[in-house]
Amino acid sequence: MRFLLTDEQREFARTLDGMLGAFGTPAVVRAWAAGEHKPGRDLWARLAETGVFALAVPEAYGGLGPLPLELAVAYTELGRHAVPGPLVETAAAAAFLDRLGETGAADAWLPRIASGDAIVGLCADGAPFALDADAADAVFVVRGDTVCRTEAHGPVQPSLDPARRLSRPLGGTVLTRGPAVTAAATYATDTARLLTAAQALGLGRALLDETVGHVKRRTQFAVPIGSFQAVQHRLADTLLALEFAQPLVHAAALALARDAAGAGPDIAAAKVAAGEACHTAARTALQLHGALGYTDEPDLSLRIRKARPLRDAWGTPSECRARVLAG
Amino acid sequence: MDLDFTAAEDAFRTAARAWLTENVPATPLPSLETREGFAAHRDWERRLAADRWSVVSWPEAYGGRGASLLQWLVFEEEYYAAGAPGRVGQNGISLLAPTLFEHGTEEQRARVLGPMATGEVVWAQAWSEPESGSDLASLRSTAVRTDGGWLLSGQKTWSSRAAFADRAFGLFRSEPGTDKPHHGLTYLMFPLDAPGVTVRPIGRLDGKPAFAELFLDEVFVPDADVIGEPGRGWWVAMSTAGNERGLTLRSPGRFTAAADRLTALWHAAADPGDTALRDRVADAVIGARAYRLFAYANASRLAAGGTLGAESSLNKVFWSELDIALHETALDLLGPYGTLADGADEAPAHGSWADGYVFSLAGPIYAGTNEIQRNIIAERLLGLPKGRR
Repeated sequence: MRFLLTDEQREFARTLDGMLGAFGTPAVVRAWAAGEHKPGRDLWARLAETGVFALAVPEAYGGLGPLPLELAVAYTELGRHAVPGPLVETAAAAAFLDRLGETGAADAWLPRIASGDAIVGLCADGAPFALDADAADAVFVVRGDTVCRTEAHGPVQPSLDPARRLSRPLGGTVLTRGPAVTAAATYATDTARLLTAAQALGLGRALLDETVGHVKRRTQFAVPIGSFQAVQHRLADTLLALEFAQPLVHAAALALARDAAGAGPDIAAAKVAAGEACHTAARTALQLHGALGYTDEPDLSLRIRKARPLRDAWGTPSECRARVLAG
Repeated sequence: MDLDFTAAEDAFRTAARAWLTENVPATPLPSLETREGFAAHRDWERRLAADRWSVVSWPEAYGGRGASLLQWLVFEEEYYAAGAPGRVGQNGISLLAPTLFEHGTEEQRARVLGPMATGEVVWAQAWSEPESGSDLASLRSTAVRTDGGWLLSGQKTWSSRAAFADRAFGLFRSEPGTDKPHHGLTYLMFPLDAPGVTVRPIGRLDGKPAFAELFLDEVFVPDADVIGEPGRGWWVAMSTAGNERGLTLRSPGRFTAAADRLTALWHAAADPGDTALRDRVADAVIGARAYRLFAYANASRLAAGGTLGAESSLNKVFWSELDIALHETALDLLGPYGTLADGADEAPAHGSWADGYVFSLAGPIYAGTNEIQRNIIAERLLGLPKGRR
């Protein structure tokens, strides 16, 4: 057993981190929130060049995967930089279409997902809204054992995280129905949960780093506020939550790679831990930045706003906790 | 990255499981915090040692199996899953033995480790003093030079296992008036039945004498029982302090076993509509799983030549709070039966959680309080400026 990332996996993470840092992601997030998708599309293309989306697509369709652990490593970095868009949904759609059987949809969409040419939405698990349907090239909606490809969407609704643009999928033509749809949707939901957890982990790490930097610089009563025990303990608890969530995320990815049918509880556990850790990190960041943290203008706000929706996306903590115990 | 055990690790697991299946007592032993239970647990240590299962990570020459850290984790998983008794020899095995391996002399190892492994000599730790808890360097008990050894005087307290143990180890001030409080300390071993030693048992919250006060009045200790260099006791103690907070005191096995028992309790007894309780059960289960994986990651890091330093503070806070969460959730699931104390007629029928519950309450206090651990995490792992204590 060697329960540590390989040098290659860590190097991949560093490369993505460097690229996203250099790209100026905060401006992309603000543009995306305003409905301007061009900078986001450009970033999506850069991500595709690094192979991120190919990791979600089987080799038979021009991909490199599916490689859940490498995807989790990548999505941790996407979360660290708060990259906008239906990143999780596109990877989950790849998982879904791959398992759907002979509908032609896999042939049509998987190569495009792998190359970064297609942004794809997926609405399953009874979710009422599609994420970023206004930016997506296709949105698949699963209801029970039926899947539709929708043609339209309702108005984009204001959301707690403006970079998560929600709308109701409308109309659509039935692609196929039957038990294969349900099975594919379960697998896609597990994939989505895992990658949401990974994103939350990265987002939480970034929130913690930013806050640690702030409390070292910010002085009150003539000393850095990071020297106050109350501040120290709050940050220590945030680090604890993140440190113990990370191995759950990695183990869940290994479980999905090895035995997709049995990975549900492991993935649900990772989702709960990473989602709560990220939420804790956001609350800590907000509190320790004080009024700065409650302000829209600093880029910190882009991350704080993301934490709560990520915690709840693809299965609320309560749903995931029930899944852990259901076994 | 993988979670696959090697064939050798699997074989180790199989052998441990087979032995435990054969040997774990069918009825639980009485609490080791009672005289009767202490004796029964000492017998259990002897039985473990007879087949070299009492100190698996030690070299074979000292009665161990030379097990790797990962094999040790595997053994502990099997041990607690089998419902085997708590380890009365734990203080010696996890605190004193690593110190002897690192700083002891050949003679000390030859003399001390064998009887420790068999339970013939049970060790108590004697760190704390009435005015010196988490601020260990403030201790005042003295070691004064005499012919061929040292005379120990002063008072130690909250000394775990000392009510029934044979010997103890601790730090003593051997050079008064040093500039810094952690200078001039010496690490010594001493017998609890020597002239000049008075042991006064202290009842913990449930009244059981789980620890004791030690009064020392010019207790003679030969030079042979000094570990490391006199005056350098702080560094000797600190080099292995991570063991106490880190993996080797609280292996994941005990928490995964408790989480499995808790899950069974939930499925057997709970109202599925009680989602608040369900969420707490799930969180405890998730915590135990996280702790296990975190331990595997650390074991992998160490096997790859890495080291653990302040990271053991993360471990300590996490396991101690997890232990309380597991037990409190179990008591809540049990409702009125959760208030049955250890020894009650009906307690075994409901899983005997009370003793573990009381034990868990001490977790955030000993081995350096969790408040101190959080300071260490903040300052050494997050790099925050040192605060006033």
